[in-house]
Amino acid sequence: MFDTILVANRGEIARRIIRTTQRLGIRAVAVHSDVDADLPFVREADEAVLLGAAAPKESYLDATKIIEAAKQTGAEAIHPGYGFLAESARFAQLVVDAGLVWIGPSPDAINSMGDKINSRNLMQAAGVPVAAGTPDPLTEVEAAVEAARGIGYPIMVKASAGGGGIGMATVYDEEGLRKAFETASTRAERFFGSPSILLERYLANARHVEVQILGLNDGRVVALGERDCSVQRRHQKVAEESPSPAVTPELRARMLAAAVRAGEAVNYKNAGTVECLVSGNEFVFLEMNTRLQVEHPVTELVTGVDLVEQQLRIAAGEGVTFDPAAVVVPNGHAIEMRVYAEDPVRFLPGPGTITTWREPRGEGIRVDSGYANGNTVTPNYDPLLAKLCAYGADRGEALERARKAVSEFEVVGPKTNLAFFTELLDNPEFVSGQYDTGLVDRMRAKK
Amino acid sequence: MAEEVRAEMVANVWKIVVEDGAEVEAGDTIAILESMKMEIPVEAAESGTVTLHVAEGDVVQEGDLIAEIE
Repeated sequence: MFDTILVANRGEIARRIIRTTQRLGIRAVAVHSDVDADLPFVREADEAVLLGAAAPKESYLDATKIIEAAKQTGAEAIHPGYGFLAESARFAQLVVDAGLVWIGPSPDAINSMGDKINSRNLMQAAGVPVAAGTPDPLTEVEAAVEAARGIGYPIMVKASAGGGGIGMATVYDEEGLRKAFETASTRAERFFGSPSILLERYLANARHVEVQILGLNDGRVVALGERDCSVQRRHQKVAEESPSPAVTPELRARMLAAAVRAGEAVNYKNAGTVECLVSGNEFVFLEMNTRLQVEHPVTELVTGVDLVEQQLRIAAGEGVTFDPAAVVVPNGHAIEMRVYAEDPVRFLPGPGTITTWREPRGEGIRVDSGYANGNTVTPNYDPLLAKLCAYGADRGEALERARKAVSEFEVVGPKTNLAFFTELLDNPEFVSGQYDTGLVDRMRAKK
Repeated sequence: MAEEVRAEMVANVWKIVVEDGAEVEAGDTIAILESMKMEIPVEAAESGTVTLHVAEGDVVQEGDLIAEIE
């Protein structure tokens, strides 16, 4: 195992990775921007290196500075967390070329899965179901209109190189497609450096369900159950749960087997997530995330497996802490709520200085937070303040504990969406478990 | 009486869309703010002539004046 690793991220995920390194007796080096100097992940790390100014390209996206910091502190490996450089094949390659260990899949695997069209074609070839869509990148609106005739509306317009819901739109007719195509293409060019667009048949009333996989050093790929991520606003997840209330044992078996095939098709090593859309008893592949997922704690809570520990062990060439031959059966139920610095009605950002920060405690409650009393939440990064997780023997108990924990979570200063969770946990559709990705829009349409 | 366009939140001024002194219609985008990885368009509530009070790259606090429309 490593003596020292560098965590190339910030906020709650950097702190969460450090929690595991401390338990395992590994030294952790934090890197940070100037505005983040007082955050808990910097204070809790064994060593911290200032990268530069707040703008991500001056700090968390500066590959050269990060690798330099690793060398200077004697770190042997780099954990990228999620976001920033986590899915940059180029950065992963630079890390390897610098003689360091990349805690994640190979640059080749990141590359093959990073492009939505390429990954979709690869998955189809591996026997993983995909939605009707375009097998080649589109850059001309007329070609898109033509392709759409064959696919049939409604259609999802996506940036081929994209992620995080940026540039995504649902269109219902040709006129909508023409408009959305231009916008998506422009945004894709600006955010991801490529204007290529992918069209896919949009499944109405679908659920977003994903499978956690781990690629082991002996070539095996194991699946650790699923997470339901259908509570979304602006195509971004707000709450997740495991197991999914909509997945039957029979469907679960098929999804997990497909996720394993997906991983095997790209020789996958380390942690990854196969995202799918589920409609009724059918599922289609959406995309693969080649990194640790934000919502990984719900899987940890129902499996008892520390995913960051497995990542470190796999990267160090070791075996995992559980028996990969035995199927990991989820035990109990877990829900995660992403506490964002945003208002609970329109979900608009609301940074600010934290004057009160009181986290809930209690049986089955886990809080992964990035901030503490006195910290300032700046507009420079994503709005995630903390992930509040509730675990119970069954979904009912998890919901009950979640309600209590939400009511006890006290944050004064920045705006928060905690009031949204109070509403969600009493929403009949959510409570019934029979909800889909349209849930949040329906909740807001009523107002 | 000039209409004041103020920032709804702490944000970075990502883009100024209209020039100082330009004529705008109600609903036109004057500037685009960026906060927490989200773009927030700032629109004119009335038609008129714009006087800008911010530049690209500025940081605005909640309630700060972005522009006036006369």
